[in-house]
Amino acid sequence: MKKLKREQIRYKEKVDAIAPKSKTLSGCIRAFIAGGLICMLGQAIGDVGSLLFSFSETDRASFTSIALIFIGALLTGVGVYDNIGAWAGAGSIVPITGFSNSIVSPAMEFKREGLVMGVGSKLFTVAGPVLVYGISVSILIGLLTCLFS
Amino acid sequence: MAHKKLGRQTLVFEKPPRIISGATIVGDMEGKGPLGKFFDIVIKDDTWGEKTWEKAERKMFEESVRLAFEKVNLNPERMDCMLGGDLLNQIITASFAAREIKAPFLGLYGACSTMAESLILGSMLTDGGFFDVTACVASSHFSTAERQFRMPLEMGGQTPPTAQRTVTGVGCSVLASSNYEGECIMDNIFVTGGTVGRVVDMGISDANNMGAAMAPAAVDTLVNHLRDTERDISYYDLVITGDLGSFGSLLFSDMCKEKGVDLGDRHLDCGNIIFDKNQNVDCGGSGCGCSGSVLNGYLLKRMHEGDFERAFFMATGALMSPTASMQGETIPGIAHGVILERGKL
Amino acid sequence: MSSFSDYLIVFICGGAICVIGQLLISLTRLTASRILVLFVSLGAVLTAIGIYAPFAEFAKAGATVPLTGFGYSLAKGAMEGAKESGILGAFTGGIKATAGGIAAAVFFGYLCAVIFTPKTKK
Repeated sequence: MKKLKREQIRYKEKVDAIAPKSKTLSGCIRAFIAGGLICMLGQAIGDVGSLLFSFSETDRASFTSIALIFIGALLTGVGVYDNIGAWAGAGSIVPITGFSNSIVSPAMEFKREGLVMGVGSKLFTVAGPVLVYGISVSILIGLLTCLFS
Repeated sequence: MAHKKLGRQTLVFEKPPRIISGATIVGDMEGKGPLGKFFDIVIKDDTWGEKTWEKAERKMFEESVRLAFEKVNLNPERMDCMLGGDLLNQIITASFAAREIKAPFLGLYGACSTMAESLILGSMLTDGGFFDVTACVASSHFSTAERQFRMPLEMGGQTPPTAQRTVTGVGCSVLASSNYEGECIMDNIFVTGGTVGRVVDMGISDANNMGAAMAPAAVDTLVNHLRDTERDISYYDLVITGDLGSFGSLLFSDMCKEKGVDLGDRHLDCGNIIFDKNQNVDCGGSGCGCSGSVLNGYLLKRMHEGDFERAFFMATGALMSPTASMQGETIPGIAHGVILERGKL
Repeated sequence: MSSFSDYLIVFICGGAICVIGQLLISLTRLTASRILVLFVSLGAVLTAIGIYAPFAEFAKAGATVPLTGFGYSLAKGAMEGAKESGILGAFTGGIKATAGGIAAAVFFGYLCAVIFTPKTKK
């Protein structure tokens, strides 16, 4: 971060003090409701899947993820997910459907820049970092497990 | 010696150029706003029949220039120079539109201050005797700006309450030298001077709080302008800022007061009036096209009809770049001021 | 099948994790991408120190659907892989366990991006 001068710090403090604030409480309530509902949907998908295909625990988890990712991608495509996000905030970012939204939205936006450097590379603008950190951390954990067991 | 300069930053024109025509084209949401009926063309679909938004913005740019010249029966290819810019990298809107218009072209980048920057430069070149007819143009487009500066459109999320919405719009003014004798739709609006702004950075780094990033630059330009010209603020009926938005405007008038300039009710911000409060735009509009379209579509018409005599128009720009922001840089602001006065030839 | 009380727990736990995300957004202005990265890594770390597995047992989809659950699956897979086949397993375990999700994300993501066109927000 850049070092700020004293007058800049004073101005920033003033701005922070009088800037209109996001409504944290109502935002949290909405995030709670939306996030809770999406998780319940996931649970229901798992239940239905287990009932129909008698999945193992791991397969059930994969099936649920795949189904939710599909739903998230579809809702993004038809232009609904951004409206949900405007209402729900983190309630629709944190669930795996939000991950799916973060993959589809930049990719579809860059369709006109071509299928390879447009869609192909922009799929990973947000998903890329998530995979990089998720996978790297998991490998580190795996290596530590090797070391200590 | 520079003899047309006052004080440190202010220019005074000997033969003030006139704004003889103007044209505006805006997007659907701007058309539904309170000023909708003042704009020449409201496009319903913001691709305007083009394949991409960038192409649509370019078409808006080009068509607004053609329309402004059509209004006064001039061929745009015959103009002396076109000065203009937009928000996109390499100002592709302006330069690609200039490719079609075929007039001599000077591309400008001043972020959202482009409308004032082009008017100042255009007036200088006219007063200097270089040009007779110039076009000053500024454009922005919500969907092209959003993908360059922020997030993909379909990404779900919330904007903080200090955010502003980039205006889809373009404004074009046609400047003519004082002895121009052709047709005109406005005959009494003169650009009598201008104040070139300094880049002011007060340490704001939040790209969703542009109003706060630009307000200090606007204060700086206004205060320096008044000092250079030794004028009192009461000289002006109206101080117009480009796109400070509601929060930026609050900071602006507050800081002006601290510097001993009491704006009273003579301040008006284009970003504040282009959208309605219930259009869900947080703090209002922003972008080059915001001040460009409001000035040419609404304010100049009111001035032409005599609603006010003297106005100081300051388009404000946040000179941010996503790359610099990622490197932890703060957002520098700039504001250029243009003196608009009603008068007779 | 899950009972009504299971669903209630799923709702509350899933909602609560999202509230943490919302608090981070409104109080620290973290961007969505950073939130996602943070949650995945956090889920993995909490799994490694043995907190997330019992939580997932209890909260079911309430723990696995939020992105922390993705981190949980990755870490769980890596740990199991490491126990079974050593270093090689540490590398393959995580992605093996989440392969369905990752593949679906790439595939459906590509498909939807090619089929649909974004619209300007109103």
